[in-house]
Amino acid sequence: MLRVEIYITLKRTVSDPQGLTIKHALESLGYKDLADVRIGKLVIIKLNFKDKERAGRKINEMCKKLLANPIIEDYSFNIKEL
Amino acid sequence: MKFGVVVFPGSNCDQDCFYVIKDVLKKPVRYIWHKDTDVDGLDCVILPGGFSYGDYLRTGAIARFSKVVESITNFARKGGTVIGICNGFQILLEAGLLPGVMLRNKNLHFICRYVYIKTENNQTRFTKLYNRGQILKIPIAHNEGNYYIDAAGLKELKNNNQIIFRYCSARGEVSEQFNPNGALDNIAGIMNKKGNVLGMMPHPERSSERELGSQDGYPVFKSIVKWLKTQRTR
Repeated sequence: MLRVEIYITLKRTVSDPQGLTIKHALESLGYKDLADVRIGKLVIIKLNFKDKERAGRKINEMCKKLLANPIIEDYSFNIKEL
Repeated sequence: MKFGVVVFPGSNCDQDCFYVIKDVLKKPVRYIWHKDTDVDGLDCVILPGGFSYGDYLRTGAIARFSKVVESITNFARKGGTVIGICNGFQILLEAGLLPGVMLRNKNLHFICRYVYIKTENNQTRFTKLYNRGQILKIPIAHNEGNYYIDAAGLKELKNNNQIIFRYCSARGEVSEQFNPNGALDNIAGIMNKKGNVLGMMPHPERSSERELGSQDGYPVFKSIVKWLKTQRTR
């Protein structure tokens, strides 16, 4: 089995009001040296096969089709054997 | 002349749309379940507001792959009239029937209140009964209405007069101060290049009777009827 962690984040050029709000909250807690805070999503998928190359292809497909919206989001992933 | 109202799991404005078409507009209308593929014989398909599939992943992202959206895509390609309201607009964006995307409201709040919008283009089948620049009092109710498109896309929208409604003040001033959700260029509604698909965040079906506080949304439906009457071939 393979375990894939997919990280989906807003593109740098897209404003992230959630990240900004959390940054303000952290600053009000006394964390003053924050350059930036961005929020994203983590999707964990387990695959019923071991071929990592095939997994990479399939995950790319899934991201493009459904998991990420290419207009505003970037994605990256890592694949681990279980 | 027949209208269809699509129902997804999580739609919650479907009955309002149905009611307005049937009892206010007095035109034939039927529901289309999201698993149905039959949109034959319809002249106008309405994608209503709500929270299709719980807004999981991204608003409209799951609904976009439902069977009915495939049929609606073909329907639109053949020139059929499609209107997406609120969540319906979000689905049309995810499906690629309209350009751009919705982000979370800038202030991170679900906003449910009356706003004013300006009719920027009245030369469409959806707005022909409005005057150019007419200001409408109309309700919004959404968490993701912060419209975004890249610079090239925005230019194209402007060049083709695809921006139909923009948020404004009661007097029609379009500025950031009167932008409820952070939408790029105060955009509240757009249509496709061909002019047969409209998406709008405000709810015309909630502003179609005097008893509801505003009738400013009603001409959207009346305009469609008027336009359909001129299409003898259908």
